Amino acid sequence: MTATSKAETPVLELRGVTKTYSVKQGLFGTAKPLTAVNDVSLSLGRGQVLGLVGESGCGKSTLAKILLGLEAPTQGEVRVDGERIDAADRRKLARRIQPIFQDPYSSLNPRKSIEDIVSLPLLVHDVGDSASRSKAVREILDIVGLPARVMQTYPSQMSGGQRQRVAIARALIMKPEIVICDEPTSALDVSVQSQILNLLGDLRAEFGLTYLFISHDLAVVEHLATRVAVMYLGRIVEETQVADLFDTPRHPYTQALLKSVLTPDPGQGVPDTELGMEYPNPIAPPPGCHFHPRCPVAMDKCRTDRPYPVATPDGHVECHLFGGEQTQPTKSA
Amino acid sequence: MPDPLLPEPLLTVRGLTIDIPVGGGTLHAVRGIDFDVNRGETLCIVGESGSGKSLTSLALMGLLGGRIDRRAARMEFDGIDLTGANKRTMRALRGDRMSMIFQEPMTSLNPAYSIGDQLTEALLLHRDISRDAARARAVELLEKVGITAAASRLGQYPHQLSGGLRQRVMIAMALMCEPELIIADEPTTALDVTIQAQILRLLVELGREMNMAMILITHDLGVVARVADKVAVMYAGELVETGSADEVFNAPMHPYTRGLLRCIPQPGKTERGARLGTIPGIVPSLVGKVSGCPFRTRCDQVVDACRQDVPHRHPGAGEHAFRCVHENGLRAGGEVVT
Ligand SMILES: Nc1ncnc2c1ncn2[C@@H]1O[C@H](COP(=O)(O)OP(=O)(O)OP(=O)(O)O)[C@@H](O)[C@H]1O
Ligand SMILES: Nc1ncnc2c1ncn2[C@@H]1O[C@H](COP(=O)(O)OP(=O)(O)OP(=O)(O)O)[C@@H](O)[C@H]1O
Ligand code: SF4
Ligand SMILES: [Mg+2]
Ligand SMILES: [Mg+2]
Repeated sequence: MTATSKAETPVLELRGVTKTYSVKQGLFGTAKPLTAVNDVSLSLGRGQVLGLVGESGCGKSTLAKILLGLEAPTQGEVRVDGERIDAADRRKLARRIQPIFQDPYSSLNPRKSIEDIVSLPLLVHDVGDSASRSKAVREILDIVGLPARVMQTYPSQMSGGQRQRVAIARALIMKPEIVICDEPTSALDVSVQSQILNLLGDLRAEFGLTYLFISHDLAVVEHLATRVAVMYLGRIVEETQVADLFDTPRHPYTQALLKSVLTPDPGQGVPDTELGMEYPNPIAPPPGCHFHPRCPVAMDKCRTDRPYPVATPDGHVECHLFGGEQTQPTKSA
Repeated sequence: MPDPLLPEPLLTVRGLTIDIPVGGGTLHAVRGIDFDVNRGETLCIVGESGSGKSLTSLALMGLLGGRIDRRAARMEFDGIDLTGANKRTMRALRGDRMSMIFQEPMTSLNPAYSIGDQLTEALLLHRDISRDAARARAVELLEKVGITAAASRLGQYPHQLSGGLRQRVMIAMALMCEPELIIADEPTTALDVTIQAQILRLLVELGREMNMAMILITHDLGVVARVADKVAVMYAGELVETGSADEVFNAPMHPYTRGLLRCIPQPGKTERGARLGTIPGIVPSLVGKVSGCPFRTRCDQVVDACRQDVPHRHPGAGEHAFRCVHENGLRAGGEVVT
C-alpha cells in the first residue's frame, strides 16, 4: 500500500486521516455528522505525482485542505519527511507544501501587483530584504515563463493562463517540496491548459517536486500522474501505479470512471458507464460498501458488510470482489 | 451548390454578424458565419472561451440583449425568416419548435416554482392541453431522462435536487414540446465525467428517437468527437473550419484545429508524460476594425498574406471547409505534425 520502497521515507504520508463536519439540514434541523474524508492512509515518494480522482463531493478538496493545514483532521495524522505535522505548525507546513487552486481569477488578490502577490510568502516567512525578494520574484517569474515586466501589473490585466502562471510562481517561491494542485487547469482553455501541464512537468523534473494532482480530467491524470488514487465518498477505493490503474482497473467505480472518458475519436459514440445515477447522500451513506447502490456487479455481501483494503501488486483496492472482508476493523475505523 | 434532391436544411445561417457596443468602440464578436443544420443532425460548435459560441446560440433564439446588433444575410428555421421575426413569432417558436439547454441549470430554473410547474409551463402555453395531461407528459419525460420516483419530483423545488438531477430536469423541460431543434450550451461542463457521459448518451438517444436536430456548444474535443455529425471550429468570432466529425478529427486542415488536437493528451496516442503541443499567445482584441485571419497572432504557419482577406477552402468532395491563406493549411514546405 505504499508508493515507496521500505528504505526511503515517504515525503508525504497520511495515516488514518478522517475529517468529519457537522452539518445542519434546514433552518431548524439538528446537526448531523458528515464524514468528508474517511480513514485515509496514503504515502507518496519524492518526485511522484499522485493523481486524485473522484466525483464532486467525494472529499478531494477536503483532503487537500488537510494537507495544507487549512483544516485539522478529526482523526489521524499527516507526516512530511517522516515528521508529524499538526495544523498548529501551519507556518512550518507552508514552507514545504504549497497550493495551486483551480480558479486563477479569484485566487489572486485583484488589488495587489503581481510582485506583491508572488513575494507575499517571502514576506510572511520573513525571508531576505526587499531587494533580494524582488530578485527572487524575477527569477521565479522567469521559471514559469512570465516576463519581468508583469511585476508591476495587476491580475485583471492578465489572461487566465498568465494568472495561473502567477499562482504557480507564488506557490514555488518558497521552494516547497510538495505542491497540492486542486484542479489547476479546469478553468483554462485546452490551448492554455497544455502550457500549464508542460510547465508543471518541467518544474517537477527540474526541482524534484512532488505533486498531489486533483483533476476530473482522466486523460490529463493519465498523462501527468505516476500514481492514481480513486476516491469515493471519503474513501480511497483504489490506489496504484498509473499504468496499472489504466490498464487493469479493478474497482467497479474505477472501471465506470474509465469508461466515461471521451477520447476524441469520432464514430465511437458515447459509452454506457453502467453506473447507477443517484449520488449517495454523504450524511447517510449506504450501508455495506458505500458504492453498492450504483455498482453494476454488487453482491449480497456488498449491501451489508463494508469492504476493507486488499493489497494489489502495486497498491490497494477496496472491494468485495477482491476479498476485502476482515473480521476486525482497522485501528482507526 | 444546393443539391435539388436533398431536403432543405432545418436551419440555415448565412453571414451572421454580432456587434456589441463597448467602452472603447464596437466589439465585433461574431463576424459573418455560415452553417446549416439538417433535421435529426447534431452540429457541435467548439472553440475557446470568448470565441462567440454563446452569442451565436442566443442570436438564433432571439435572446440577445437590446444593445447588441445582430445581422445576417439569411437566417431561416424551417423556412421561417428569423432575421426579421418579431417578438411574437420568436416567442411562439421558443420552447415549442426550438428550445435551449443552458450550462448552469440554476440560472434557468426558477427557484420559486416547483419542478412540475416549470416543466409544464411551455406545454400549457403552446398547446391546447389539460393540466393533467401536461403533468402526465412531464412524468413520462422525467422517467425518460432517468429520474427515479418521477411523479414525486413534480412537487419538489430546484434547490432540493443535485446538480446532475437539475441538468436532467432542464433536458426534460427542453424536450416537453418535442422541439425540432435543441440548442445545448455546455450542457454537461459542470458535471462529473460519469454523469456527463450518461447525459450525453441520453441526449443522443432521445435526439435520434424524436428526429431532433441539435446544436451542441462545448470546448471539450472529446465530447465533440463522440456526439457530432458535423463540427464547426470557432475562433475569435469566425468559423475557421467546418466539416463532418470524421473530416475535422481525422483530417484537420486549419492550423488552429491541428494545434488544438495536439494540445490535449490522447490516451494511447500521446506518450505519457511527454510534452504536449501548445498554442502560445492570446486571443486578439475584437474591438475596432478586425481584418485578416484572426488566428495569425498565434499561428505557426503565418505569412504576410494572413493580414489580408482569407479565402474559404474546400479540400474534399464533402462539406469540409476551412479558412486559411494556404491551400492545405500549411506554409510552403510545412509539414503536418501529429
Ligand atoms: N466546511 C464544510 N462544512 C460542511 N461540509 C463540508 C465542508 N466542506 C466540505 N463539506 C462537504 O464534504 C464533502 C466533500 O467536499 P469536498 O469539497 O472535499 O469535495 P470535492 O471532492 O473536492 O468535490 P468537487 O469535485 O466538487 O470539488 C461534501 O459533501 C461537502 O459538501
Ligand atoms: N453583453 C455583452 N457585452 C459585452 N461583451 C459581451 C457580451 N456578451 C458577450 N460578450 C463578449 O463577446 C465575446 C463572445 O462571448 P461568448 O459568450 O459568445 O463566448 P463563448 O464562446 O460562449 O465563451 P465561453 O466558452 O467562455 O462560454 C466575449 O469576448 C465576451 O466577453
Ligand atoms: S491564414 Fe495564416 S494565420 Fe490564419 S491559420 Fe492560415 S496560416 Fe495561420
Ligand atoms: Mg474540490
Ligand atoms: Mg459560452
